[in-house]
Amino acid sequence: MNNVNDTLIPKIGVITDVRIDTPDIKTFRVVTLDGKKAFDHMPGQCAMLSVPGVGEAMFSITSSPTNEEFMEFSIKKCGCVTDWLHQAEVGQQITIRGPYGKPFPVDDVFAGKDLLFIAGGVGLAPLRSVINYCRHYRDRYGKIDIVYGSRSKDDLLDYQEIINEWATDEGVDVHLTIDNPQEGWDGHVGFVPNFVKELGFDTDKVAVLCGPPIMIKFTLDGLCGLGFDKTNVYTTLELRMKCGVGKCGRCNVGAKYVCKDGPVFRCDELDELPDEY
Amino acid sequence: MRKCSLEKINEIFAAIAKNAALYLPVDRTDGSAAYKKWEEGTVWSNALNTVRSPKDFFFPQTEDLMRFKTKGKTVQLEDIRTEAEAFVVFGVRACDVKSFDILDRVFLTEPADSFYANRRNHGVIVSLACTRPVETCFCKTFGIDPSAPAGDISAWKTESDIFFEANTEKGKALLHTLSELTEECDDGAVAEQKAKINAVMEKLPLKDLSTKGFGGGKTAELFDAPEWDELSSACLGCGTCTFVCPTCQCYDIKDFNTGNGVIRFRCWDSCMYSDFTKMAHGNNRLTQKERFRQRFMHKLVYYPENNDGLFSCVGCGRCLAKCPISMNIVKVMKKIGGNKGE
Repeated sequence: MNNVNDTLIPKIGVITDVRIDTPDIKTFRVVTLDGKKAFDHMPGQCAMLSVPGVGEAMFSITSSPTNEEFMEFSIKKCGCVTDWLHQAEVGQQITIRGPYGKPFPVDDVFAGKDLLFIAGGVGLAPLRSVINYCRHYRDRYGKIDIVYGSRSKDDLLDYQEIINEWATDEGVDVHLTIDNPQEGWDGHVGFVPNFVKELGFDTDKVAVLCGPPIMIKFTLDGLCGLGFDKTNVYTTLELRMKCGVGKCGRCNVGAKYVCKDGPVFRCDELDELPDEY
Repeated sequence: MRKCSLEKINEIFAAIAKNAALYLPVDRTDGSAAYKKWEEGTVWSNALNTVRSPKDFFFPQTEDLMRFKTKGKTVQLEDIRTEAEAFVVFGVRACDVKSFDILDRVFLTEPADSFYANRRNHGVIVSLACTRPVETCFCKTFGIDPSAPAGDISAWKTESDIFFEANTEKGKALLHTLSELTEECDDGAVAEQKAKINAVMEKLPLKDLSTKGFGGGKTAELFDAPEWDELSSACLGCGTCTFVCPTCQCYDIKDFNTGNGVIRFRCWDSCMYSDFTKMAHGNNRLTQKERFRQRFMHKLVYYPENNDGLFSCVGCGRCLAKCPISMNIVKVMKKIGGNKGE
């Protein structure tokens, strides 16, 4: 019996690094007890992390699959499990299981295309995995534009990596914005949906959105206004989950389960679902 | 087909219980019935159906999944799974037998749930044709024949005898162990019994309830139906319907700190509860209307869409009998979909 795999039974992982990204987001590096990656994944997939006695929750894997040493999770402090994780130190053991969900179609649909990534706040976490995957296999993709906005300069996730690595890459344009003017910020000020409209992109690209629901809604409207077709726009959803494999019933929306049929959806697929996500 | 006089039924039970735990419906003092483990002297209930469905046998209300020991920064996981005991569930009605198919499609779809599969592999179902369907029954709506129940062994009861027909290898093996107590027979008496049951079915008030207007692909048409407001307005969100339902399978996973370690357990949950979808950043089903709608849309539209048209209701009637405000799937089907005005 104990040799039968069951997805609900996790592996033990250990936190090997904690990076403070913003006042409420930390990025945790996780490996198994023997120092390896817990499992392989594709960009956009998720993992269940748990702190025994506190609870288990689903997180997007923010590191790229091309990182063969460890996985990273950028986690915002906003509930029981995340509060506890934010107090955890290097060396803390947790549990990890996955990968869950459908990834972004990086190897087929995205191949050869210009890509536009649009993120708000902690919504950059799932996109970082795709962005770094596409940067790693740079010659497979066209021009890459990244639009990223947050409440303030201090709330921009992965800021050093964006400035030092993404912005210096050839063929990658980074467009940052913050909600309100701030001392020491000479970049763009304003909300992401308006910023996207101001930037006015060509519509022959694939766009990938992630952020708060309200940002996704207005940005998608903006992209459609620019002439984007919803079949070229992807996003990733977040709902409460327990099992991760479409059995516990929690993330069921219409005939889909966000954990296994998503979390990545093409925006025209979302139109088919009842508005409950 | 084999038969045995009802006078010898306790010998049958004793023979089964020799090799496996035997569970069967037993009368409770309030006139209802519940599955109990058989022991010498246990009296098999004549009741139509048990208050709780037999889904507990494969998907118990609570079960421990694993244990953890935590010390300082370390975490140790203990896999506590063991082979399930061999067991026989006796006297399961046709509707409840069908519910196992519906649960199988959830739990045994890859990646299979090993906890469920373990019990399923070790359990043998002896069904029983309905002896007296009642006014809350509507299994025929979902294509279930109460006179021909599935299961590893099908059984029929007449005034004097009980008849058995094995349907699976597991069933054949069990029936073989009863060969000294049973004798080969033709199916004449069973055919007569079937006709009797079907005659009763024709008199039931819900016999014309139909699934027309429901099924996969109906989300856009039914989701925004104005009737959901009225139907859900009195719902208390108590979740009784989901708990007595043989096909409701939503669950929660939680950790319990024993003071000497952590037990991670699974328990039934209900889409009718306000915190079912509550997250740190909000709740995608804020009102009882949305939660109520989810339950019925899942059974009548979403599940069939994902399962070749199979509905996630077997017409057992438990929710009709138990809802404190007398709301139920029949009322929903009559108000919305193809039964309008009937």
